[in-house]
Amino acid sequence: MSNKISETLTFECETGNYHTFCPISCVAWLYQKIEDSFFLVVGTKTCGYFLQNALGVMIFAEPRYAMAELEEGDISAQLNDYEELKRLCLQIKKDRNPSVIIWIGTCTTEIIKMDLEGMAPKLETEIGIPIVVARANGLDYAFTQGEDTVLAAMAHRCPERNILMDKKEKVIQDSSIQDLFAFLPLKKKKDIIKSIKSKKHPPLVLFGSLPSTVASQLSSELKRQSIQVSGWLPAQRYTDLPSLNDEVYVCGVNPFLSRTATTLMRRRKCKLIGAPFPIGPDGTRAWIEKICSVFDIKTQGLEEREQQMWENLKDYLDLVHGKSVFFMGDNLLEISLARFLIRCGMIVYEIGIPYLDKRYQAAELLLLRNTCKNMCTPMPRIVEKPDNYNQIQRMRELQPDLAITGMAHANPLEARGINTKWSVEFTFAQIHGFTNARDVLELVTRPLRRNNNLENLGWNNLIKEEKKIKFN
Amino acid sequence: MKLAYWMYAGPAHIGTLRVASSFKNVHAIMHAPLGDDYFNVMRSMLERERDFTPVTTSIVDRHVLARGSQEKVVDNITRKDKEERPDLIVLTPTCTSSILQEDLQNFVDRASITSNSDVILADVNHYRVNELQAADRTLEQVVRYYLEKARRQKTVTRSITKEPSANIIGIFTLGFHNQHDCRELKRLLQDLNIKINQVIPEGGSVQDLEDLPKAWFNLVPYREVGSMTAIYLEKNFGMPYVSITPMGIVDIAECIRQIQKHVNNLVSNKTFNYEPYIDQQTRFVSQAAWFSRSIDCQNLTGKKAVVFGDATHAASITKILAREMGIRVSCTGTYCKHDEEWFKEQVQGFCDEILITDDHTEVGDMIARIEPSAIFGTQMERHIGKRLDIPCGVISSPVHIQNFPLGYRPFLGYEGTNQIADLVYNSFTLGMEDHLLEIFGGHDTKEVITKSLSTESDLTWNYESIMELNKIPGFVRGKIKRNTEKFARQNNITNITVEVMYAAKEALNA
Repeated sequence: MSNKISETLTFECETGNYHTFCPISCVAWLYQKIEDSFFLVVGTKTCGYFLQNALGVMIFAEPRYAMAELEEGDISAQLNDYEELKRLCLQIKKDRNPSVIIWIGTCTTEIIKMDLEGMAPKLETEIGIPIVVARANGLDYAFTQGEDTVLAAMAHRCPERNILMDKKEKVIQDSSIQDLFAFLPLKKKKDIIKSIKSKKHPPLVLFGSLPSTVASQLSSELKRQSIQVSGWLPAQRYTDLPSLNDEVYVCGVNPFLSRTATTLMRRRKCKLIGAPFPIGPDGTRAWIEKICSVFDIKTQGLEEREQQMWENLKDYLDLVHGKSVFFMGDNLLEISLARFLIRCGMIVYEIGIPYLDKRYQAAELLLLRNTCKNMCTPMPRIVEKPDNYNQIQRMRELQPDLAITGMAHANPLEARGINTKWSVEFTFAQIHGFTNARDVLELVTRPLRRNNNLENLGWNNLIKEEKKIKFN
Repeated sequence: MKLAYWMYAGPAHIGTLRVASSFKNVHAIMHAPLGDDYFNVMRSMLERERDFTPVTTSIVDRHVLARGSQEKVVDNITRKDKEERPDLIVLTPTCTSSILQEDLQNFVDRASITSNSDVILADVNHYRVNELQAADRTLEQVVRYYLEKARRQKTVTRSITKEPSANIIGIFTLGFHNQHDCRELKRLLQDLNIKINQVIPEGGSVQDLEDLPKAWFNLVPYREVGSMTAIYLEKNFGMPYVSITPMGIVDIAECIRQIQKHVNNLVSNKTFNYEPYIDQQTRFVSQAAWFSRSIDCQNLTGKKAVVFGDATHAASITKILAREMGIRVSCTGTYCKHDEEWFKEQVQGFCDEILITDDHTEVGDMIARIEPSAIFGTQMERHIGKRLDIPCGVISSPVHIQNFPLGYRPFLGYEGTNQIADLVYNSFTLGMEDHLLEIFGGHDTKEVITKSLSTESDLTWNYESIMELNKIPGFVRGKIKRNTEKFARQNNITNITVEVMYAAKEALNA
């Protein structure tokens, strides 16, 4: 096993023996994002146990999700799945009356070949609630890819955009822009409206689930460049899904949405803008620039804006400069985060990642390569489907200043004197856009700042003795 | 199919993994899809484990679905054998793998030829047993495997130790206060001059299991895990066992008397009498007996309580409340449906009604109907209590990280009685205090003085920004509002828009 750090971007593939969350965990953030939805996970006790433990206290807030727990009779087909699902969905309709029920297929439904896609349309007409099927199972996907399967399924439900509606929408948009600038002096107001009117661009739909605050932050960044976002997939409500057709441009905000991107391109004939992801000031700028370039719009004040963000981050940059990072890999945000951290002056030894779609992430990979060149840092190795055991061996050799890892390994690594940051926090924290760049560094520096406090106490290694071969 | 939001006991493989990873140098390999290794997270986080959890996964993916596991499982077993050199590898099926119906036993047989470790297949049915039943079964399976191996090699005998000695069976990882209970039991046995032969599975070595029959008797403190092992040992080696949970003064005494009986059966030249010890401990070491007499406890007389939890803890706490503190237990219940009969028999006469269910909404409805002054239950009941404004003491799994305290908090033994008395008393007095506050209109401070700048200002928030502000979680909303207004004032902005809010966030680095 070589621990040498390579000079070019190298791609490797290991055994896939790594720890990550089951993709059904996407329910946790999606049910909160889509306010009128209900998520029904069709699976076993194992799925339920994972959800209830991973989501902690959320379960006590009467969530809009539940398990359809399969019993022995369901497995051996003594019970009719259609009748069973109908019974549960009617119950849900009665108790919660959602605008959509999303069935999450699991490993078990795959193995017993339960035809969820076949049953959904029939049941949908029978009970009068749309039913969307997403197979977010651990056989095929990791963690955040769960969202990808749900959004890909939803892309089919977006209404068809027609030209008539297009016109009407524009009128509404213009008047709402007028309202927005109502506080400005009259003359200036006219100018702005004119400038917006003068730069007509084809409709742009962004995809990826973000907290509504972050979504509107990104929308307003684009508005500064006189780009109107005409919709988000997903929207705050299922009933507000954006309309699509072959005129619509789409752009992703998260690196794990490759299926959704493919579905939008192939099935809805949308045009995909392949850009780096708006994580970190560098990513955000590159993302906006790419969208602007597609619409042939010259960016205004973007460079200064990025520069100003970096200045705002100075205290954190001093902390991370020259420190090394090791990504064990579990949520597919790794490439973008690594690229941002390299730009911050860190050295990335390894980027573990569950799955890498080189086409969907092409722009991001290019930006990573350029960032390494500009910062004169060695290129990290990218390890797809990593093997946690081997990674821990490599980490022992490399002794990184920070390991970004799942919770299963965090405490044992800390006990061995390696600082860790729990990777799942990056999924739940607000990390997109200029405004939130600081939040990413807030997370990354937390263990380093903790060290500044505890430094000289001599307690770094907290295991009794290196157990035989456990950690070498 | 069952519509389910929450469950009290986990799936079977969790029980198997808890037992396997409690032993020293035993490695479990799950036959499971990606993401099913959530057990590692729980152990590492809840128990704050310093070591890597000895559980890995032989991953079931699309290829396995199409072609079967083929060499994968065997390779993973032999690999782990080389890497970690465990004494035993337990191949653990999950609900997913059990419907694949692969011949896992065959993989185990093949792998055990090449590996130095012993290899066994955990024998549990995922659709019929829960976490606790599976743990009980796995522990028995491991013990049986090593004792039968020793019997074949003729290294096992029922030659008991010279001095009285005992095995403690059923202490294991992620158990409710198990570590503290174990320490307390050791102290109790030490006080009685009984040596500890072995504690299993926690910290035990499978290589030593053949010495289990050297103990005079087995102590099984918890109903849920260990009984099967104790019954096996009794049947095959004639080892008596004590299964009375030493929780609460009366039951501790009963447990010690049983121990005395078994010890005296095996000794010929003298008799042991533990009665003076029981008396001394009850009246002076444990404060619980005195507490029951004290004025504090008198105030609790007849107060209504509800108890819910696993069979062991719910039954013991019910008996303590009713028998030792004079509290009226309006309803007691357990989610251990498989142990219904035993539970009913235990709490008969100590409560008004009994509820056997694993549906938390049924428990919630029951609590809402009874409106007790305090609840003693699991984390779920604690949340129900929060919603209904009823205090709750947590007495049983399922648990959160706060139920793995760093300080010494046993539930068993004489120190345990003190802990339980505190728990009960604190739950009730907090409830009382709350009630009194309500009657007298709260504390005398009428309002909290805020640090905020004056809210009377010339600033206006437009509609969008107010909507945006309302999206921000309540507990930080005030701070964001203050910061934004501060920023607006500094920049001579009078009209606050969403853009101003974001600009403020960036400017203040918050």
